[in-house]
Amino acid sequence: MGRMKGAIVVDTARCKGCALCVQACPKAVIAMGKRVNVSGYPYVEVICADECIGCASCGIVCPDGCITVYRKRIDD
Amino acid sequence: MNAEFNGIISPENLVYKKPELMNEVPMHYCPGCSHGVVHKLIGEVIEEMEMEEKTVGVSPVGCAVFAYRYLDIDWQEAAHGRAPAVATGIKRLWPDRLVFTYQGDGDLACIGTAETIHALNRGENIVIIFINNAIYGMTGGQMAPTTLLGQKTATCPYGRDAELHGYPIKITEIAAQLEGTCYVTRQSVESVASIRSAKRAIRKAFEASMAGKGSSLVEIVSTCSSGWKLSPVKANEWMKNNMFPFYPKGDLKDKTSE
Amino acid sequence: MAEQEVTLMKGNEAIARAAVRCGVDGYFGYPITPQSEVIETLALDKPWETTGMVVVQAESEVASINMVYGAAGAGKRAFTSSSSPGIALMQEGISYMAGAEIPGVVVNVQRGGPGLGTIQPSQSDYFQATRGGGNGDYNVIVLAPASVQEMADFVDLSFNLAFKYRNPVMILSDGVIGQMMERVVLPPYRPRRTEEEIRRECPWATMGRTKDRRPNIMTSLELKSEVMEVHNLHLQEKYRKIRETEVRYDTWQCDDADYVIVAFGSAARLAQKAIDMARDCGIKAGLFRPITLWPFPTEQIAAVAQGRKGILVVEINAGQMVEDVRLAVNGSTPVGHFGRLGGIVPEPDEIVDALRKMEN
Repeated sequence: MGRMKGAIVVDTARCKGCALCVQACPKAVIAMGKRVNVSGYPYVEVICADECIGCASCGIVCPDGCITVYRKRIDD
Repeated sequence: MNAEFNGIISPENLVYKKPELMNEVPMHYCPGCSHGVVHKLIGEVIEEMEMEEKTVGVSPVGCAVFAYRYLDIDWQEAAHGRAPAVATGIKRLWPDRLVFTYQGDGDLACIGTAETIHALNRGENIVIIFINNAIYGMTGGQMAPTTLLGQKTATCPYGRDAELHGYPIKITEIAAQLEGTCYVTRQSVESVASIRSAKRAIRKAFEASMAGKGSSLVEIVSTCSSGWKLSPVKANEWMKNNMFPFYPKGDLKDKTSE
Repeated sequence: MAEQEVTLMKGNEAIARAAVRCGVDGYFGYPITPQSEVIETLALDKPWETTGMVVVQAESEVASINMVYGAAGAGKRAFTSSSSPGIALMQEGISYMAGAEIPGVVVNVQRGGPGLGTIQPSQSDYFQATRGGGNGDYNVIVLAPASVQEMADFVDLSFNLAFKYRNPVMILSDGVIGQMMERVVLPPYRPRRTEEEIRRECPWATMGRTKDRRPNIMTSLELKSEVMEVHNLHLQEKYRKIRETEVRYDTWQCDDADYVIVAFGSAARLAQKAIDMARDCGIKAGLFRPITLWPFPTEQIAAVAQGRKGILVVEINAGQMVEDVRLAVNGSTPVGHFGRLGGIVPEPDEIVDALRKMEN
C-alpha cells in the first residue's frame, strides 16, 4: 500500500500572515513564523513537512493565492 | 526548500495553485480579507469556462475598486453604485461576452440600489457578485446598509440602533422576488467547504448569464477583520455567529434548470 | 449621387433617425420633456430589427449615462439624450467618462431652470456644458445645432470627434430645435462597425482580453498624485489639440456690419431674423454663430470684433456665453447682452431694440 504525500510552496513575499491557512490545515503542517517579509508581514512556514497530505486546504483558503500544493503517491 | 518535500514538488504532482488570471501584483486588501478568495474563485471559474478572452468585469467603488489590478481580464471601473448600469451597457452591446459586476454592500445595497434592482429586474444577462461584510471598509469602517443591529462602526459607535439608523437591508431577498433574476444565492468563503460551494454558485451564475437565462446575484457573506477590529480567524467566527443567523446561507432562487 | 430624400420632422426625431443611419450601436435614455421624442422615435422605428442598434429605457439619467460609459468603454458607438435637469444628473457619469477617456455622446435638449424649472426652451446650461459640468479639470466637446438639419448632421460628427479624441461630446440643443419641424435630409445608411473594425479602431476597448495584449482597463482612478498629474497633463494636452483643430463657427452678413450679433443654436435663428429687420431700418448688423461652444471660437471672435461699433450677444439665458465673448474681444469693442429667461424665447424685434440701444 502506498500513501499520499503532499508538499506546499508558500510565496512568502506575498503572504500577509493572516493565519487562515494554519487554521485550515488538518495536519498542523504550517505555523506562523517569527520572521517578517519585505512588506513587514509575518509569514507562514512549514514546520512539519512530513505530515502534509496535499489536501490543498491551505491553498484554497489563502486569500492572496500564496500557496501552491503538490501531491504524490509514495509507495511504502 | 524543505528537504522532506524533495521529489514531490514538480509539475506533474501539482494539485492546487492560484488561477493563471490572478497575477503577481500584491493585493492591497488587509490580511485575511475575503475579497482575495472571491477573486481567486472568479479567476478559476473563468478559466474553467475558457472565457478568458470574452470576459469583462466591472469593479465598484469600495475596497474592490482595484480588482482590475489583480485579475488579468478586461475591466471597467464604475462610479459608486453604477456598476450594474455599466454592465448593462457592455452586455447589451456584446451579448456573447461574460459580463459581471463585483460590488460591496455600500456600493450595491445603498448608493447603487436603483441600478442594482433595475438591472436585475430587467433580467440583464449579467452576474452581480455581492460582497457583504456589513461595513464600509475602504473609507475606514463606517456603517453599511447591511450593518447588523447592535454592530458598532465608526458612524454608529454605540451600535446600530433601528430608531437612529434604520434596519439592515436584505437586498438578496429582494432580488429573489424580481422576475428578471434566474439565480439568487447567499454564500460565504470561510472554509474549504463553503469556498467550494461559493465556486459552484459563481459557475452556475456565469453559465446562466451566458445561456441568456437572466440576472444572477451571488452574495458572499464576508469578513472585514480591520473594520470589525478582529483577527482574520476571529472575524470568521464572528461572521458565523452573527452574520449567518441574519443572512442565512443557501439558494434563495434557482430557475437555471428551467 | 442618389437623389436625396427630403423629409419633415422634429429635431428630436432627426437625432434618433440619424443615429440609426450612422451605424450607432446603442441608445440609453430616460424620458423628459422636451426631448422624449428621441427615445419614442427609436422605440417606434425598432432599429434592433434592422441595424441591430440596441435601445434601452433606463431607470434614470444616472443609469443612462453609465450604460453609455459601459457600452462606449467597450468600443461601441453609444449615446444618451435628456433635458437640463436630467443632464445635471448625468454629470457624474460624464466626468468619469472624461477621466477614463470614454468616447460617448450626450444630447441636451435644454429647458429652463434652475431646478425643475420649466419645460420651455432655454440656453441656460451653457456654463455647465462648456466648463465640463462635473468634478475635475476636463472638457467635453460641445456642438450647438441651429436647425433640424444640424441635429441630424451633428450625430455622426459627434461620434467621429468622440472616437477621434476618446472624449465625451455633447450636442447642446434646446426645446426650440428639438420640438420644431423642419425639412431635413437624413444621412445615408451605414452599417454598424464589425468586431474586427472595433478591435482595429479601438485597441483600448474592453471587449475581452486577447492573449496578445495586456488587460484593457477603463478607469478614472489613480491614487498616486504624481501619476494622476501626468494623466491630467495628458488630458490638458488633448484639450489643447482639440482647441487648435476643432473650432467650428459660421458667419452671416458680417462683411459690412457695424454690429455683430454673437448667438448659438436657436438664438442664432432669431438673430438672423432680427438682422434682416435691423438692416431694413438702416442698422448694418451681421451674425457670428459659434458651432462649437467648446472649443470656443475665441480668436475668430476677436478678429471679427475688430473695427465694429459693438458686439451684441443674444442668448436665451441671463448671460453666459457673453463672458466668453468678452474674454475673446478683450475690451477692443463694446460687448452687450440680450436674453430672456424662464423659458421665454426672445422676439426678433426685442433684439433689434437691443441693437438700437447699443447705437445710442
